[in-house]
Amino acid sequence: MTLLSTRGLSRQFGGLKAVENVDFDLPEGQVRALIGPNGAGKTTYVGMLSGRIPASAGTVTFRGQDVTNMPAHQRIRAGMAYTFQITSIYGRLPVHENVALALRWRTEGDEKETAKRVADALERVGIADRAEQLAGDLSYGHQRLLEIAMGISQQPRLLILDEPTQGLADSEIEDFIKLIRGLAGEMTILLIEHNIHVVMQTADAITVLNGGQILAEGTPKEIHENAAVQAAYLGTG
Amino acid sequence: MSDTRKSWSLHLAVVALLLALNFVLPEYHHGNLARVMVLACYAMGYNMLFGYTGLLSLGHALFFASGMYGMSLTVQHLGWSAGPAMLVGLAGGLAMSLAVGLLSLRTAGVAFMIVTLMFAQAGYLAVLYFGEYTRGDEGFVIQKASRQIMGIDLSDPMNRYLAALILFAACMLITLRVVQTGFGRVLVAIRENEERTRMLGYDVHRHKLLAILLSGTMSAAAGAGYGLLFGYAGATFASVQYSIFPLLWVLLGGAGTVLGPFIGTLFMFYLIDLSSDISTAYMLIAGVTLVLLTLFAPQGLVGELRRRAVRWLP
Amino acid sequence: MELVPYLILGLLEGLVTAAVLSLMALGLSLVFGVMRVVNVAHGEFFMVGAVLAWQIASLFDGHPAWGFLAALLVAPPLTACLAVAANQLVLKRIEYDPERTIVATIGLLYIIQQLTLMTYGPDARPVEAPFNHRLSIPLVEWTETGLGLYWPWGLGTTSYKLAVILAAVALLGGIWMLMTRTRFGLLMRATQLDRETAQAFAIPVGKVYAAVFGLGAGLAALAGVLIVPIQQAHYLMGHDPLLLSFIVVIIGGLGSLPGTVVAALLIGVSDGMISVFFSPTLAKIIATLGVAFVLIFMPQGLFGKRSL
Repeated sequence: MTLLSTRGLSRQFGGLKAVENVDFDLPEGQVRALIGPNGAGKTTYVGMLSGRIPASAGTVTFRGQDVTNMPAHQRIRAGMAYTFQITSIYGRLPVHENVALALRWRTEGDEKETAKRVADALERVGIADRAEQLAGDLSYGHQRLLEIAMGISQQPRLLILDEPTQGLADSEIEDFIKLIRGLAGEMTILLIEHNIHVVMQTADAITVLNGGQILAEGTPKEIHENAAVQAAYLGTG
Repeated sequence: MSDTRKSWSLHLAVVALLLALNFVLPEYHHGNLARVMVLACYAMGYNMLFGYTGLLSLGHALFFASGMYGMSLTVQHLGWSAGPAMLVGLAGGLAMSLAVGLLSLRTAGVAFMIVTLMFAQAGYLAVLYFGEYTRGDEGFVIQKASRQIMGIDLSDPMNRYLAALILFAACMLITLRVVQTGFGRVLVAIRENEERTRMLGYDVHRHKLLAILLSGTMSAAAGAGYGLLFGYAGATFASVQYSIFPLLWVLLGGAGTVLGPFIGTLFMFYLIDLSSDISTAYMLIAGVTLVLLTLFAPQGLVGELRRRAVRWLP
Repeated sequence: MELVPYLILGLLEGLVTAAVLSLMALGLSLVFGVMRVVNVAHGEFFMVGAVLAWQIASLFDGHPAWGFLAALLVAPPLTACLAVAANQLVLKRIEYDPERTIVATIGLLYIIQQLTLMTYGPDARPVEAPFNHRLSIPLVEWTETGLGLYWPWGLGTTSYKLAVILAAVALLGGIWMLMTRTRFGLLMRATQLDRETAQAFAIPVGKVYAAVFGLGAGLAALAGVLIVPIQQAHYLMGHDPLLLSFIVVIIGGLGSLPGTVVAALLIGVSDGMISVFFSPTLAKIIATLGVAFVLIFMPQGLFGKRSL
């Protein structure tokens, strides 16, 4: 079953074509990595998927519904969860309140249920012992984990992670890989990543963007051996 | 005792204290406190938008005046009695909040501040322009005979104080309830990180609009109450000064706290009262206080208390 | 035909308003543009300029031109110093955070205004103009012998008012040269465009900010000195011009000198002309709502490239 697909999705900024005519299908249950050199249009593309950026042309379909004109907050309610490229949490609120905010509209005021699900999510990512701390006092790595906890606490159908390992230490990256592998069965994951090691270890399939268009798609092995992909990366650094 | 229980106990205790003071305060302070309580409702209305949602309006006098004139013009020119006239004041405030909210929320940050300032200024000028009905700057007195609800004469100091207390308690307890619910917490989330809140699935625009409606209507209730209880309506209450006052009171007392607005209003009222004995330039105190607050204590009195000691304070 | 003299009178008065307004609005726009902050106390610098002008002029006996000249040379720099002090003590400390700056400058507004009340008092006091000749303005009419001139009663202006208009034009030209031809202007524009990059290029952003804030206040004070022979000096006189300046800057667009000038002309002249026919209050209501709607629907103003 295709969870998310786009047809002819494009975005123009004045004369610049950031994303051009992208057709894309994401089957349910898959872990897909979206990679490409800097400036390839990945963030713009994902912005159009999540609803943060309006499309210039084309359609986005999620769970069988055309969501092209649906505002971002409604897409979240429809089953998407999104983590920002630069971690965006509530620094002045405690860790547990950060996660509580993420799921309160689902539990509809049942504070007991909210507390339980908050605890579960924090446990899942491994920061349950920091629940009372102010989110801004956490290390960067833990803040990233908090953001992921906020995402998964919503029990989304699609989890979009925008460069999740950026700024993490090697050990934290290994923990992250384990976490993603653990989540893989429960939800579909779309991962924008620069770290090829992470991609190879977690992705079922990879889509490569270059210059706003899809350059290649396939299994990690196929992409690894693809000459055009290598040229794109080596050519533009 | 849970935090919620503690909060309710504290705030009910404050109401009880104010009730007790009704019987012991000397006349001068008795009248002042009644005034402070009504103005604190205005501050609490402002706090809902500024302290909790994080939107700085420079035009709240428009809402205060909508309530005041909605009520007093109805009494003066249509001959209605006080009760229904108060409702007209509230309705006026609600309508004005809706109009201003829908328009001003299309802007953000500094533009929002200026837009609200402009709308309020237009309102003030309109009060002057229609001076035939409003008597402009001079204002008009609302006769004692009209200031009655259900036979109770509100110009009597004791009745007036109790009416002010009822209004104050209502506004304070409404605020307390709102901040404890999911809606209140989303407002705080919007203040802290609007984009994140949007991407968690919340309709940020709708929340901001509701916050403006609540804030504006509460401010209008204060304006209508002030006109009714103190028997006067004048253009000063629509002027820029009355848009700055609630900002000052809330900042001083503690933005984003329930008790802060009252503490700030009380403090500032007496500070200005004392300095106007010394000089006609008493607004100097307001200016110095604003500068000192922004430099050294942006959290305000109750805010600092919460930060340093009493963490559960709402 | 009776209408025409009124219109011309309105136009002339409007040009004087526009002249003074353009200087003041330019000061506000520079501060907006380079420092990205709203200075609500801007109107008080205008007032301080006027009050200082009275103070200085009253030290001179004899021909009013000397007193006025002294005021013109001394009041704006003094006011600029006051502004720089405020910048160093307050604005710099709050790191030019937009919201905190607005609140702090509201505080400054009251401090400056009330201190003036305490020292100068609540009265409005005039300053004599350096020269003041009544000039009657002729209109053309069709007579039996062809085109001829006639002088409608009441239609005139003064040499001083014309001088104000010319002075404003000269000063605007000077500022334009400053911004486009001098090193300081270059530093200002660089800081305006991209503060971080400017810092990376070792531009002393802190000093540029202090200078710009001083310049903005100096322009406002200058406007105050120029207007004080026409309109008396009073401690509350900053309020209306502040709002008008806001209107001009927002409609003209941030950081755009041509936009500011055009908007000042529009506002000044229409204010002059509308006041001839309609209540000035109604004119102000329309202008105030106009600003709000421009901000809501056209945030970049008429000329600006950037919004608030």
